[in-house]
Amino acid sequence: MSTLEIKDLYASVETKEGRKQILRGVNLTVNSGETHAIMGPNGSGKSTLAYTLAGHPKYEVDSGQVLLDGEDILTMTPDERAKAGLFLAMQYPVEVPGVSMTNFLRTAKTEIDGRAPAIRTWTKELTEAMKRLKMDPKFATRSVNEGFSGGEKKRAEVLQLELLKPKFAILDETDSGLDVDALRIVSEGVNRAKEADDFGILMVTHYTRILKYIKPDIVHVFADGHFVKTGGPELADELEERGYDEYLPEGSDSESALA
Amino acid sequence: MADDQMPNAASDVEMNQYLADRGRVNEDKIRQDDEIIGQFGEYSYGWHDSDEAGEAARKGIDEQVVREISADKHEPGWMLDMRLRGYKAFVEQPMPKWGVDLSGFHAQDFKYYVKPVGKQAARWEDLPDDIRETYDRLGIPEAEKSRLVSGVAAQYESEVIYNSIQEDLARQGVIFVDTDTAVREYPDLVRKYFGTVVPPEDNKFGALNTAAWSGGSFVYVPKGVHVDIPLQAYFRINTPNMGQFERTLIIADEGSYVHYVEGCTAPIYSTDSLHAAIVEIIVEKNARVRYTTVQNWSNNVYNLVTQRAYVREGATMEWVDGNIGSKATMKYPACILAEPYANASTMSLGFAGAGQYQDTGAKMIHLAPHTSSTIVAKSISRGGGRSAYRGLVKIVDGAEGASSNVVCDALLVDDFSRSDTYPHVDVREDDVSMAHEATVSKVSEDQLFYLMSRGIEEKEAMAMIVRGFVEPISRELPMEYALELNRLVELQMEGSVG
Repeated sequence: MSTLEIKDLYASVETKEGRKQILRGVNLTVNSGETHAIMGPNGSGKSTLAYTLAGHPKYEVDSGQVLLDGEDILTMTPDERAKAGLFLAMQYPVEVPGVSMTNFLRTAKTEIDGRAPAIRTWTKELTEAMKRLKMDPKFATRSVNEGFSGGEKKRAEVLQLELLKPKFAILDETDSGLDVDALRIVSEGVNRAKEADDFGILMVTHYTRILKYIKPDIVHVFADGHFVKTGGPELADELEERGYDEYLPEGSDSESALA
Repeated sequence: MADDQMPNAASDVEMNQYLADRGRVNEDKIRQDDEIIGQFGEYSYGWHDSDEAGEAARKGIDEQVVREISADKHEPGWMLDMRLRGYKAFVEQPMPKWGVDLSGFHAQDFKYYVKPVGKQAARWEDLPDDIRETYDRLGIPEAEKSRLVSGVAAQYESEVIYNSIQEDLARQGVIFVDTDTAVREYPDLVRKYFGTVVPPEDNKFGALNTAAWSGGSFVYVPKGVHVDIPLQAYFRINTPNMGQFERTLIIADEGSYVHYVEGCTAPIYSTDSLHAAIVEIIVEKNARVRYTTVQNWSNNVYNLVTQRAYVREGATMEWVDGNIGSKATMKYPACILAEPYANASTMSLGFAGAGQYQDTGAKMIHLAPHTSSTIVAKSISRGGGRSAYRGLVKIVDGAEGASSNVVCDALLVDDFSRSDTYPHVDVREDDVSMAHEATVSKVSEDQLFYLMSRGIEEKEAMAMIVRGFVEPISRELPMEYALELNRLVELQMEGSVG
């Protein structure tokens, strides 16, 4: 049983207009086996939260703590956080030309586990995981994310989630850009991985449709850099109906209406 | 690609802050690099052993030195004449005013002929102990034992002293000897081709090579013969201030195939060294030649090389070229596509570290219809190093249906290194197909973050990205060279993060 605690987290980013604080007092506790949906309007800072947790150098923590089983991960480099058990499935996975998926996955697995996976079981594990995600075996020989379609990239992220077996998975807009079939395949992958490894999930999403496939235990509304409301799955239905308007600052456009 | 990346609003501010610190960072990086390169020299590729022959040789070149070299080798008169033509052209031609900085280059500082042993050794056991030890460190016997090497012409201080050809090559009629031996034993063949692709007056450093050449490989592949395994040559410079002027001549007769591999390592010295080689290749009708170089000169070597192939009807020439190290490299493998349907490609990689300038590229001269060429040039710059692609594609009037494709990719590992592209195109024919594509990319923060977020340390993440960039070249190399290239690139990358 693991716990991820975010305590009064403030974080900023440098922009052309100067330094801008985006996370403003985030508090959250996630336990193993729990699925938290983090929902909110565009520009509310949801993705910043995801990247700050994973340690992207662009985001600077001003104050607060993030404890994974009591240990503050904010002093760790991104690779140390991954080894500690954090995984971020990215909205826009990055292309790395010339580095094959096989090589990348094996290297990552070796680093996370602290030892190289046994070749025979590893190959089998990889092949079967790819098959379950309905990925062409040729993917293994292609360069990391290079020339992948949006759906293919998301499947590759979930493939990594299944293979790397983290303690906590942050899914950043994993549903964006997916058609219904791809959404189902990707969601099933996440559910399968969770069933196997019982990790905690922080699911960042703008839309409610992924919640039909990955059932949240707890739903949070994130606005203006922190959580403004927390409830059960029924909160998602409420958002579906009414949108985010009531959580937006006065006078802003309601461009964030739910689809 | 752009909208696939994370929003980048902050990058400008970050960059300004970075630029403010640049002076200091720059110095720190370069000092760090110097240490690493120093260690690198003491690592597996840098050493030098006792050197009696080198100490005895005198510096500088004049007509008398040229005559002595020729007399010492008991060369025929036509070769002496060729050397003298080269010397005359070297003296008369000005230093190139483009490309690398040659202000520190002084021809009279180098030694032009160093002869380590009295006669050539036929067998491994006949080599002097210290030379055998040197080659042990280069791994030649192992390579031989593994039967991967079809023949070894190992050059040591200007003179080929160890030369072994496996029997099956000889049985097929393939000649693979050092060029000095070829002049003695196959004078007609050598005279017919020597200096026909790169004439003595071609360029200043080619002229110098013609005047002072020593060693190198001579390869003749008869009609229709396919040499299945790569022919390999190892050599290295082991005398401070010694010029290395090997001369390689490869003739692939009609319908034949050969892959020649040249790998070089050089130890570190405090004074500058010169490598001015010529490689001439004649690819006869429907033949195919691949010439692969992985070179790792120490960072005080001037590497000024002329490589050129004459490609006949339906024939194929491929240059694969990895340039790592050296103080300054000027190298533009060229193909003269002389007859219809000849085709050629150059794939090159230049790695410029601190204090290094890699000026490399390719030349494709289309003289006949339906000739085609491809240039893929990749460069990596770091630690303030500078790399340039300098290329020429020329298509003459009447070469209808000719096609050319050029791709240049530059990777900058930091913010104070430099990459330039100088593509020259001269097309005098309407019916041609031309494509040119150039990219300059930086190792992005997002790429590093992506790999690191999967548990991979920054240093290894950086190495993976660079290896990935190099991969299109390394996959063209024989396995052991691909591994060596990757290892060299990784060693060069050390200290680039953190």
